[in-house]
Amino acid sequence: MNAASATPPRTTPLCQAHRRLGAKMIDFGGWLMPVNYPSGILEEHKATRTAVGVFDVCHMGEVHFRGTRAAEAVQRLVTNQVGKLYDGRAMYTVACNPKGGIVDDLIVYRVGPEHFLIVVNAANIAKDYQHFVEQVGAKCEIRNASDETGLISFQGPKAQACLAPLTRAPLATLKPFHFLPDVEVAGRPVWLARTGYTGEDGFEIFCGAPDAEHLWQAMLDACVSVGGKPVGLGARDTLRLEARLSLYGNDLTDETTPLEAGLDWVVKFDAGDFIGREALLRQRDAGLQRKLAGFVMLGRGIARHGYPIHDPSTGAKVGEVTSGTVGPTVGKNIGLGYVPAPLARAGARLLIDCRGKPTEAEVVEGPFYRR
Amino acid sequence: MSENVPNDLLYTEDHEWVRQEGNLVTVGITQFAVDQLGDVTQVDLPNEGEVLKPHEVLGSVESVKAVSDVYAPVSGKVVKVNSPLQDSPEYVNEEPYDGGWMAQIELTNPDELKGLMDAAAYEEFLKEHEG
Repeated sequence: MNAASATPPRTTPLCQAHRRLGAKMIDFGGWLMPVNYPSGILEEHKATRTAVGVFDVCHMGEVHFRGTRAAEAVQRLVTNQVGKLYDGRAMYTVACNPKGGIVDDLIVYRVGPEHFLIVVNAANIAKDYQHFVEQVGAKCEIRNASDETGLISFQGPKAQACLAPLTRAPLATLKPFHFLPDVEVAGRPVWLARTGYTGEDGFEIFCGAPDAEHLWQAMLDACVSVGGKPVGLGARDTLRLEARLSLYGNDLTDETTPLEAGLDWVVKFDAGDFIGREALLRQRDAGLQRKLAGFVMLGRGIARHGYPIHDPSTGAKVGEVTSGTVGPTVGKNIGLGYVPAPLARAGARLLIDCRGKPTEAEVVEGPFYRR
Repeated sequence: MSENVPNDLLYTEDHEWVRQEGNLVTVGITQFAVDQLGDVTQVDLPNEGEVLKPHEVLGSVESVKAVSDVYAPVSGKVVKVNSPLQDSPEYVNEEPYDGGWMAQIELTNPDELKGLMDAAAYEEFLKEHEG
């Protein structure tokens, strides 16, 4: 490692806990994060699919919008319909630039009629905050609480059963994409959301940064008896890709639109005059030139970010892989990439150039894995 | 990190190990390389009969998170490959110096072995280069 060249990566409040667990740490988008623990990516993946995985996602950003015009401000920023939210309800959405390109993918939480929380990707905190303030800073108070907020994700089929002894919060009645502010877990004040990024049932727990380590340990202890494990970024990636959840920076960028990315379900043209609406309407009416396709490898080979995609009938390069990995639960090698719209249909064949070896792949619709 | 560097082997800067038995050498990747890669999910091996020069690609090892080429440490003809790795790539993780071997090469020029590192030199190399 050339340590002299760049500023050192930032650390989360759980950095020492990861080191004690023997994690392999890497610089991920400017953050020193565990890529895996000694049991390895495949075991961590399996633990999350069969029991519970505990994830440090403290690096993600939390931005609060407060004021009488907060709802209007948030709606100006995002493509999904903020008006459908009610207190304790969250939704997935994207924020776009005027060209319809994706600034970030987000979860918006309605805390109250005049208070919204937006959770943003770690690598985008500064960019998003600046965008938010520039665009709607006059409408309401916008506060970046990322540094003082911890976030731990607790995901898997046994998440509810394992979390129950730690809290009096009514987990059984907390529905997906709902959350409870001001509850306690392991004796610490938290916000408890039924959200995640793995394709499993699970919870995300917001806490004060100083409480993160206590909660992390309590959650690890609570799931160890069922085979729960701490899970690093490596398995986080295989889990999210099996569930076909997009990763900002790979599958979503400033240059790709939510329509191209298959996120048209979060674009509500009637929601209001959100940034990017005109460009997205034009793109919708003109028809999409390219789309994000999901594919399974038919030949031997693992697609990786940046590998060229060719049209088998012409041999021409038509796109690039944006995400690719082994799918440990689906038992196939899987990936995503932008290709011309006719090649994005289920059953279409692609040729992925795996380091000089053209390898056949088949386009499939929907998630690779469903629980 | 607790390095696992057997004394009876020779090593390359690309983290291959070499075991000499007369005119034959067996080649694999080191524990350090395995630790860097994590769970190996696919191994590509050369064809038996293939003739390789040093630093030519002998095969590749692909883990969940990365792919890494494996280079021929010496020149020679591939006389045998560890075909079970095709179906059981996890041997590379479980026993990199034993069941995880990749290919056996018939030496063209045994003097080339003098250019490789012994265990002490490789441990020193790991300390210097990988912190």
